[in-house]
Amino acid sequence: MKSKFNSKSILVPLISIVLGLLIGAIIMWLSGYDAIKGYVALWNGIFGDAYAMGETVRQIAPYILAGLAVAFAFRTGLFNIGVEGQLLVGWFAAAYVGTTFELPTIIHLPLALLAAAAAGALWAFLPGLLKATLQVHEVIVTIMMNYIALHVVNALIKASSGTYKTETIHDSASLRSPFLEQLTDYSTLHYGFIVAILMVIFMWFLLERTKTGFELKAVGFNDHASQYAGMNVKKNIIVSMMISGGFAGLAGAMEGLGTFGYITESTDFTGIGFDGIAVALLGANTPIGVLFGAILFGSLKYGSLNMPNAAGVPIEIVSIVIALIIFFVASGYIIRVFLEKMSKKKEAK
Amino acid sequence: MKFKKKGLALSVMMSAGLLLAACGGDKEPEAEKPVDEGTATDTPSNEVLSVAMVTDTGGVDDKSFNQSAWKGITEYGEANGLERGDGGYDYLPSTKEADFKPNLNNLVRRDFDIVFGIGYLMDDAIKEIASQKPDTNFVIVDSEVEGDNVASVMFKEQEGAFLAGVAAALTTETDKIGFVGGMDIPVIKRFEAGFIEGVKAINPDIKVDVQYVASFTDAALGKGAASRMYASGADIVFHAAGGAGVGVFAEAKELKKASPDKNFWVIGVDSDQYEEGKVDENTNVTLTSMLKRVDVAVTDITERANKGEFPGGETLVYGLEDEGVILADSRGAISEEVLAKVAEFEAKIASGEIEVPEEPVK
Repeated sequence: MKSKFNSKSILVPLISIVLGLLIGAIIMWLSGYDAIKGYVALWNGIFGDAYAMGETVRQIAPYILAGLAVAFAFRTGLFNIGVEGQLLVGWFAAAYVGTTFELPTIIHLPLALLAAAAAGALWAFLPGLLKATLQVHEVIVTIMMNYIALHVVNALIKASSGTYKTETIHDSASLRSPFLEQLTDYSTLHYGFIVAILMVIFMWFLLERTKTGFELKAVGFNDHASQYAGMNVKKNIIVSMMISGGFAGLAGAMEGLGTFGYITESTDFTGIGFDGIAVALLGANTPIGVLFGAILFGSLKYGSLNMPNAAGVPIEIVSIVIALIIFFVASGYIIRVFLEKMSKKKEAK
Repeated sequence: MKFKKKGLALSVMMSAGLLLAACGGDKEPEAEKPVDEGTATDTPSNEVLSVAMVTDTGGVDDKSFNQSAWKGITEYGEANGLERGDGGYDYLPSTKEADFKPNLNNLVRRDFDIVFGIGYLMDDAIKEIASQKPDTNFVIVDSEVEGDNVASVMFKEQEGAFLAGVAAALTTETDKIGFVGGMDIPVIKRFEAGFIEGVKAINPDIKVDVQYVASFTDAALGKGAASRMYASGADIVFHAAGGAGVGVFAEAKELKKASPDKNFWVIGVDSDQYEEGKVDENTNVTLTSMLKRVDVAVTDITERANKGEFPGGETLVYGLEDEGVILADSRGAISEEVLAKVAEFEAKIASGEIEVPEEPVK
């Protein structure tokens, strides 16, 4: 993904996607379904018409933010598995601010977004603090914080609304717009994708163009050297976790202020936070890479809904096929090694 | 400013599209045609109406609620010579709540005449899409949604649950009975209320242990709740928890296998769950099931609609009298005397002598 731009950087992802599609097709054929019909359905599910494209973009937005959250922490040497929990508290905060206050949009919407980011940041603060001061490994703490978030959020929904879901947010806090609905034939597409893209730019700017970003990266490369160079390592670890949590909280706001407009009690995680890990790794932890990773993930996730719809492939088989495609994209390294061996052989001749 | 961003997003999307297009290259175009034709075929509107449903997150094989609805739709389709697919009958599964709207929309776009939304949790989605697509008729089960093109289906779960309570109270030997609820929502509250009232009508001293597991899908939670109830002495557990109730059966079967002399009854819900309770050839832990005949409602509505009388804007309530709720055949698990007593109460409810509350009396 780095600037070394040669034939391989296009060839590798291409080969991996084709391989994934091929193996997926074999699985479908083996289980007695028409693979070509299945892939046409997948394609139409993603790009078929304005509605499908609207829903696809809607699905991509939270993946971008979840991916950024994981990637940002990675760049500073931290493994934030707590994106899921930070997303949930962000979702709740956004829905709460959206329902409780009545303000003009120009204040209300930013406030709700900020609340979501702040809630996510706060949820990531504790793991950051424990890591910085007591060297408690952030992986363990963030995993546990996920469970705490899930059930605390459920309890908060119950306490604040008296039932299993919050009321729907006021229009003034909503990311949805009649214009986008019209444009995409009443899809749930909302302005969240603009927030997501702004955050991609923000992360790039922060890491590449500011002193803080430089320090954060330096701590990620080598914390001892950074300390020797006079940087405050502890502070940087905490700040990094909080920024990462802030991205995750915003991903929750996508659901709370856009897709749903409320939050319901849940026994399961949304899965977006965990998929965010894959998105970040696919994108080599760079902001632009995350964007592409999220597009791939979001498109496949949403488009696959159309496979049972248009091709009659059962949802279980669809999950396997989608997982295979992502599996092959992620294992691009194998293909890269293979290609290198091939070219070496040629040179030897 | 905003426009620029949008342009960027679009171009990013397009380029991704091109990328994918390039890879799929040789296979896509040839197959694209048949599908397009497929979606374009319309059934003439004076023919038998086509119907489809969207499941909630339990899925179509939840052995319970969704399955019952799908059974109704399949029977309707087969009886009217329809085929599965466009212009006939079909279903779409939802794996998470975010799938509701796209699934409903997909069915509308495939020109189904009637689209069923199964479950209370889908009411927001139905409300929104029904107002956007006034030409399609919708049915929401378990909730009330306003709109001329929406029929709402409700059940008097409390009446069926009352009978289950009567049967349980007369069968228990430990005077302890459990109730496992899915989510804490009005429809499940009606099960709870009726069940407790039914137990009280026989013996007010029996303790009913109520637990909500906050899920219709997680069998592990149902198993945990049942485990605790049986351990504390309950010998009958009634579940109204959809897929989570599968765990209740699992726990009861395990316990029964370990100590075959003791009773670990389960009362199933929605569909006849006799098969779920099979321990071996001669042993079964299913006492009975409280059937909620979503299939009856589905058949009723589709028949009406075929006569051109789709009950749009109406709320249809199915109770004991229309066999919308009923106890399943216990296959000998419940004694004849108890069944006689149950029939007695059934008559009283049907005649209006007993009115079963919708909410648990505290």
